[in-house]
Amino acid sequence: MPTININRREFEKYAGKKLPTDKLKDRISYLGTDLEEANDNEIIVEIFPNRPDMLSMQGFSRAFSSFIGVKTGLRHYEVHHSKDKVIIDRSVKDVRPYTACAIVRNLHFDNEKIKEVMDMQEKLHITYGRNRRKAAIGIYPYEKIMAPITFKAENPQDIIFQPLEFSKEMNGLQVLKQHPAGKEYGHLLDGMKKFPVFRDANNKILSMPPIINSHNTGKISEKTTDVFVECSGFDFEVLKKCLNMIVASLHEMGGSIYSMEILDGNKKSITPDLSPEEMKADISFINKWLGLNLNEKEIKNLLSKMGYGFKNKKALIPAYRADIMHQVDLAEDIAIAYGYENFREKIQPVATIAEEDKFEIFKRKISLLLAGLGLLEASIYSLTNEESQSIKMNTKAELIGLANSISSDYNKLRAWVVPSLIEILGNNKHHEYPQKIYSIGRIFKKNMSSDTGIEENEVLGITLASEKTDYTEIRQILDYLLRSIGVRYEPAETAHSSFINGRVARISANSKNIAFIGEISPIVLENWQLEIPVSALELNLTELFRIINKQ
Amino acid sequence: METEKIIATLHPFERKVLPILKDESSFDKVAEKAKLQKVEVMRAFQWLENKKLIRISKQLNEQVTLGQNGLKYKSHGLPEKAFLQFVMQHEPCSLEELQKGTGLSREEFSICLGILKSKHLIDLEKKNTLLIRLSTQAKLEGKKASVLNQLSEVEDFLNKSFPIYTSQLKDDEKKVFEELKKRKEIVKVNIVKIINAEPTEAGKKIIGHGIEEKDIIGRLTPDSLKSGSWKGKELRNYDVTINVPTISGGRIHFVSQAIDYIKKIWLDLGFKEMNGNFAQTSFWNLDALFAPQDHPSRDMQDTFYIKDPGRGKLPKELVNKIRMAHENGWTTGSKGWRYKWSEEMAKEILLRTQTTVLSAQYLSRLKKENLPAKLFSVGKVFRNETLGWKSLFEFIQVEGIVVDPNADFSHLKGYLKEFFARMGYSDARIRPAHFPYTEPSAEVDVWHPGKKQWIELGGAGLFRPEVVKPLLGFECPVLAWGLGMERTIMEYYSINDVRDIYKNDIKQLREIKLWMK
Repeated sequence: MPTININRREFEKYAGKKLPTDKLKDRISYLGTDLEEANDNEIIVEIFPNRPDMLSMQGFSRAFSSFIGVKTGLRHYEVHHSKDKVIIDRSVKDVRPYTACAIVRNLHFDNEKIKEVMDMQEKLHITYGRNRRKAAIGIYPYEKIMAPITFKAENPQDIIFQPLEFSKEMNGLQVLKQHPAGKEYGHLLDGMKKFPVFRDANNKILSMPPIINSHNTGKISEKTTDVFVECSGFDFEVLKKCLNMIVASLHEMGGSIYSMEILDGNKKSITPDLSPEEMKADISFINKWLGLNLNEKEIKNLLSKMGYGFKNKKALIPAYRADIMHQVDLAEDIAIAYGYENFREKIQPVATIAEEDKFEIFKRKISLLLAGLGLLEASIYSLTNEESQSIKMNTKAELIGLANSISSDYNKLRAWVVPSLIEILGNNKHHEYPQKIYSIGRIFKKNMSSDTGIEENEVLGITLASEKTDYTEIRQILDYLLRSIGVRYEPAETAHSSFINGRVARISANSKNIAFIGEISPIVLENWQLEIPVSALELNLTELFRIINKQ
Repeated sequence: METEKIIATLHPFERKVLPILKDESSFDKVAEKAKLQKVEVMRAFQWLENKKLIRISKQLNEQVTLGQNGLKYKSHGLPEKAFLQFVMQHEPCSLEELQKGTGLSREEFSICLGILKSKHLIDLEKKNTLLIRLSTQAKLEGKKASVLNQLSEVEDFLNKSFPIYTSQLKDDEKKVFEELKKRKEIVKVNIVKIINAEPTEAGKKIIGHGIEEKDIIGRLTPDSLKSGSWKGKELRNYDVTINVPTISGGRIHFVSQAIDYIKKIWLDLGFKEMNGNFAQTSFWNLDALFAPQDHPSRDMQDTFYIKDPGRGKLPKELVNKIRMAHENGWTTGSKGWRYKWSEEMAKEILLRTQTTVLSAQYLSRLKKENLPAKLFSVGKVFRNETLGWKSLFEFIQVEGIVVDPNADFSHLKGYLKEFFARMGYSDARIRPAHFPYTEPSAEVDVWHPGKKQWIELGGAGLFRPEVVKPLLGFECPVLAWGLGMERTIMEYYSINDVRDIYKNDIKQLREIKLWMK
């Protein structure tokens, strides 16, 4: 999740109050941001994905200042009208259909400020912009641009410009191949015959979104005072929100916001719109949801600590907030303002009937029985690999693979448990024998009749390792276990290449196969570098439980 | 009094051994006199030493026994004696005659020649052939017997009762021993540990007091019980303070023990257990929980996807409701996420990243008349991470939901506080957080008094209406939490590397203490 790294002194100026470090840390945690670090010079805070508006020094200190009661309530952002136009050409409708734009004047940039703006832009790209897929942001020195600006799609060969921080001109296709941003985000234009482009009245290229700005018209410098800001993407509402977050921060940096006219076919829109959205704040619902008893005035005060206005029982939502979908979102902000630490801790006096899962009870009984026989329980991962399940076991298990595991040791779902137990024996050769271990766990196989195409069974695996272990010993355990739960069984000869031929049996009950048991083949033991005989059992508890319930 | 008390604890072996130590110190001698086997004496020695009644000293010593030839010469006589006797009877005689007559091997013959020569008992005379005769000196000795006596010190040595120790040999015996060592297979020398014991003051007191020759029973036997032969006899007292050899037995894994404990807490609080599959569709794991398909949280969770089968079936009756909840909020009053929801994407199969998937499934099966309902599960969840000292790809989540028209945020705090109190954490707090499916959302911390800091143990919140209404069919507050468990286990067992929880080291499994909560 994104973090912001801000200068503490600057922050205190914006927030309007200096707090001792302890208090600062505490308040940051209770605002709904995760504090990573706070010292005399800097503050590092993790911003949750629902609050992209806090991804800048200005945005974060704005929220903080309200929260600690310094500058509360809805902030007013004056938008001056300009007649400057942005024309959305029909050609871009199939490629990247929308844009929302603004002009911010009277800014004073230095290197620090330029970096701040670029940081905000990049963090919004990653989070709210979903890596530029949903929204891409461009910020340009307006003095180099002549309105009206056109947003259109062109053949990539015709989009010839000098991309940011490059010394020569190239066309759209070359940008994707050669420019770092082109390599990283080029996939967003996959399959498109035409690429989107912003051109000004003099036909100068401003940028090729969502990839890169022009070096000449798209680079802010210390001389820049006025900027043109655009957000492009697929949902006009999303773009307007994104634009609001940026211009609100630029406004707090001292800029004046000017609107633009967006001409989209016959439709004309004016952006940005920083007037608050209204949402009904149902006091009884909010009180019920939170377990509080707040009156209207208290609700109003709490909302104002979160930057809201309140009028006629309606919350006025700041225009930069993108996360308020439902009244419960208001309720959360009220809860934050109220202070999570101030809620009482109550337990409902209602009677409900406790019930443990029957199968879980059954498994515990089996476990206790085995512990009584002197067996140790092992706790094993469900993920494993083919080497362990098949190759070293001298067999071919049908394994379900993971599509994207980052570890080759754990890229398959296990089809049986015994290999993992033998692996444990292999890791414990230096400890005293006999080693008798068991584990109860889940195994997986394909079964297209289930919703996921995967059938899951819980099985019991046992391995006995000692000089004297043999078929009789393991069979006695199975026999004891099945007698103890009153299940009659039939052993039958079978072949299984992990076991010694003629010393392995398949066990059935109610004519269902429930287990196989036997002595592990010396080939397998050698594969695991074990120098001690091992007998083993794999029993399907899911099936066994079904049989018991039918009886 | 003390003395008598000690005497009562003495084992029959100790009773036999201790009085002998008054005059005898060597282990072997004690064994001989006590008529006990050596292991029995050894045990008696150890026990007596533990009781501080004797002091044991051990030293290394050369032990001498007879070799193959030594044993032969002891029973059949020395070859040099046979040699000398033949010379006395047949002198002068040639070497051939001598060798034939005595039947000695060539090797023995030349040794004998050397020995007798060096003792000046024979002379060699060179004529045509080499002739041997008794030396003039030997002749002066006169009687045959006294000549032969010259060889008796070797015979005496061989007739000693072996084994003997070089430290016990007298000076002249040492000389003989050194000579014999040069000859083949007459004596063998081993380095052995000599054990000696002497009574301490306390031991002497007991010897002085006298140990009654009582008929003491060491162990009750079925026979003695059947026959009643134990009657009128005394059962030996044990030293009950002594250490015993360790044993180990069968065990339930400590993680299972902890799970059982946690389950019991929720059962005690009136919760019903949920269970379900590890492999799930994205639909249940994410979409039903209102995680938008393009939300960073879907990448954040580093989900394991299944290669084949890659697509599952969705519950028809829910698909459209979930779609609308995402796209426009459906009838929940929400605006929704405002994007085009993809059914195909929801069909992807993954390993559940949260047991909240079970909560979603159980919610979809609940009916109004089942309320209020309290449900929990303790189960495995998966994250695509590399195994490290503080990260696992497979771990345990403690999940709970309370579905109750009268539940609110303060109850959430109440249940969490109660749970953690029963887990042994005196203080738990919540602070704001973000999850796509809860509002308000909270991070759950517990206070660690040792480290003096808050430790993050999970997330909680009230399910959003966009989650509840499509699944349940109507709106209702649902309290929910998902808590980690491994961290608590690590703390309890002072395990620093999370991988050690699933290491399955057999020694660890045998020795680790029980989950004592």
